[in-house]
Amino acid sequence: MATMRYREALNQALREEMTRDERVFLMGEDIGVFNGAYKVTNGLLDEFGERRVRDTPISENTIVGMGVGAAMLGLRPVVELMTINFSLLALDQIVNHASHIRYMFGGQVSVPLVVRMPQGAGHQLGPTHSHSWEALYLHVPGLLVAVPSTAADAKGLLKAAIRDENPVVFIEHEYLYGQRGEVPDGEDVVVPFGRAAIRREGTDVTIVGISRMAVTAEKAAALLSEQHEVEAEVIDPRTLRPLDLDTILASVRKTNRCVIVEEGWPHGGVGANLAALIQEQAFDDLDAPIGRVTGADVPMPYAKNLEQIAFPHEPDVVDAVLATFRDM
Amino acid sequence: MADHPLPEPDVAREWFEAMLLIRHFEERAGEQYARAKVGGFLHLAIGEEASMVGTVRAMRDTDYLISTYRSHGQTIARGTPPGKVMAELFGRVDGLCHGRGGSMHMFDLPRRFMGGYGIVGGNLPIAAGFGLAADYLGNEDATVCQFGDGASNQGTFGETMNLAALWSLPVVFMVTNNRFGMGTALERHSAVTDLQVKGEGYGVPGMECDGMDVVDTFHVTTEALRIAREERRPVLVEAMTYRFRGHSMADPEEYRTKDEVEEWRKRDPIITFGDRLVAEGVITEDERAELDATAQQAADDAVAFADASPVPEPGSLYDDVYVLGGQVHGWYSVDERGAGVRRGEDIGGEGHR
Ligand SMILES: Cc1ncc(C[n+]2csc(CCOP(=O)(O)OP(=O)(O)O)c2C)c(N)n1
Repeated sequence: MATMRYREALNQALREEMTRDERVFLMGEDIGVFNGAYKVTNGLLDEFGERRVRDTPISENTIVGMGVGAAMLGLRPVVELMTINFSLLALDQIVNHASHIRYMFGGQVSVPLVVRMPQGAGHQLGPTHSHSWEALYLHVPGLLVAVPSTAADAKGLLKAAIRDENPVVFIEHEYLYGQRGEVPDGEDVVVPFGRAAIRREGTDVTIVGISRMAVTAEKAAALLSEQHEVEAEVIDPRTLRPLDLDTILASVRKTNRCVIVEEGWPHGGVGANLAALIQEQAFDDLDAPIGRVTGADVPMPYAKNLEQIAFPHEPDVVDAVLATFRDM
Repeated sequence: MADHPLPEPDVAREWFEAMLLIRHFEERAGEQYARAKVGGFLHLAIGEEASMVGTVRAMRDTDYLISTYRSHGQTIARGTPPGKVMAELFGRVDGLCHGRGGSMHMFDLPRRFMGGYGIVGGNLPIAAGFGLAADYLGNEDATVCQFGDGASNQGTFGETMNLAALWSLPVVFMVTNNRFGMGTALERHSAVTDLQVKGEGYGVPGMECDGMDVVDTFHVTTEALRIAREERRPVLVEAMTYRFRGHSMADPEEYRTKDEVEEWRKRDPIITFGDRLVAEGVITEDERAELDATAQQAADDAVAFADASPVPEPGSLYDDVYVLGGQVHGWYSVDERGAGVRRGEDIGGEGHR
């Protein structure tokens, strides 16, 4: 085990996979000479050279599209988009092309492409630069979607993503880049897609936290235990497609209560989807309506005081959990 | 670049004042960022003042200007009180956008500053839309759209050039070529580095101006606007400029040498223009120092104004997401975080501007 930051764990994953497999190469804006807007690709240009670490112009749709083409011919492109906000410019290539090509062409070809990008609010970047889009990509059949919240998962899931035959939307988080965590040694330690992590065991309520909100959920669980004698079980799904629904259902069957925490908007959110799945499968096990804690239903404001109330913090999670105990 | 004579002394002096004000504003903004009064990303335009002032002074008040996330200077040049720009950087209610947009998203409708946009290349189609509106309405309003060299690689660039030319729209596209898109040098991001020709294949002729020279920028933009307005067709102007500071405040600037920056600093648009004004007897050295002090004071006043302005009310979080006119019945949004249900029919005055 080594302790490292989330961004360093990602860097290691890229380095190891590039060393392991000559077909893996990187493309993105300012990933080379500038070493990456968030320094995830730090040092990789020096190490692997311009053939494999490619600085691109600001042309999101086209660089993702080139990743699609290269992947169709058997390469393993890893495209970095500077932030998830700019992936909206590449939606056409991600949705109309990357995710559909295998199906539409009758399974003749696959698109082993990884599109990596960070998301999240909290840095006062205003409406165009603060999105959380896991719900958007979750919506699309044909994509795999990863939302790692720890350094170990960042590394293990990225390695799994690169090795997978499917197009993967790999969602990192700006806040998490600087967070440290233990990362297991070993170049072949991958975290498989579709396995949730139980971050904390508990008997009273299940809290599902997505992306950075897995961390928020864990902190909220500590508060619930200290201040309210509520023992929450915290689940981090880690990937949304495939989704480890079984682990979530098993927990809900034990606790009979569930709260889902995400940073994105409420309408059509991950929580909305998950709540539907849980009530379909485990309605009789629920003692209270499923709670959702989401980002506020507004474009993200710049002003710090407004931004802080526009995405979830621990007290919001605590309140939502306590609400599931109130008499209906 | 032609050697243009100076304009009338009052005019020349005013251009100088405007550039000084932008420079001091930007320096103060940078300081306030270091003091954490300003958050988010802060992109300063120090070095690019002539390309802003020269352009804006060539425009009519009725023309539209649209720009990027690097546009404090354009708003100020357009006449927005600097305090309102600074208050926006501070995230306060008296900011241009009441603290909603921040540094990257300025907007001043009365002065026809139609926005700074955070998405690279996002403003180009919108600019053509302003041109379309002017054409549709049959008026004389022209649009100037500023964007960076890096933005010329975005798909919207080619798509916008084509449509603006095809539909003969009165838009001046100005690429402010400051040699870098973030940390990527022009030669590493664009196959064609002579950016003024990038529109030609789409039917948009190019022109070039010295973006370090306010007079040249003024003259070239004046001609470009004439073509757009009178001949009803788009023009692409390449303004050669340079940013003296990093891309944003978080830029270690490892992609360029100090020598290169120093070389360009010799062409500082404010120093060179000031020197010229003194040499041609428009102002004395003493007056130059006074104008500088006045601009500095104005920037300080902007900081004081911003600091005195309150932060937005928490209850204003949901204001202005929609135009709530009562014509739609149903739930606009459902917020699980406790702010309550927003229904179309519940439009009390409360909370809505
Ligand atoms: C679509 C999109 N991609 C990436 C970014 C991140 N970004 C912000 S500014 C910038 C560089 C833009 O360079 P240029 O167009 O030359 O303008 P300059 O900043 O030099 O004024 C980048 C990559 C963004 N804001 N929007």
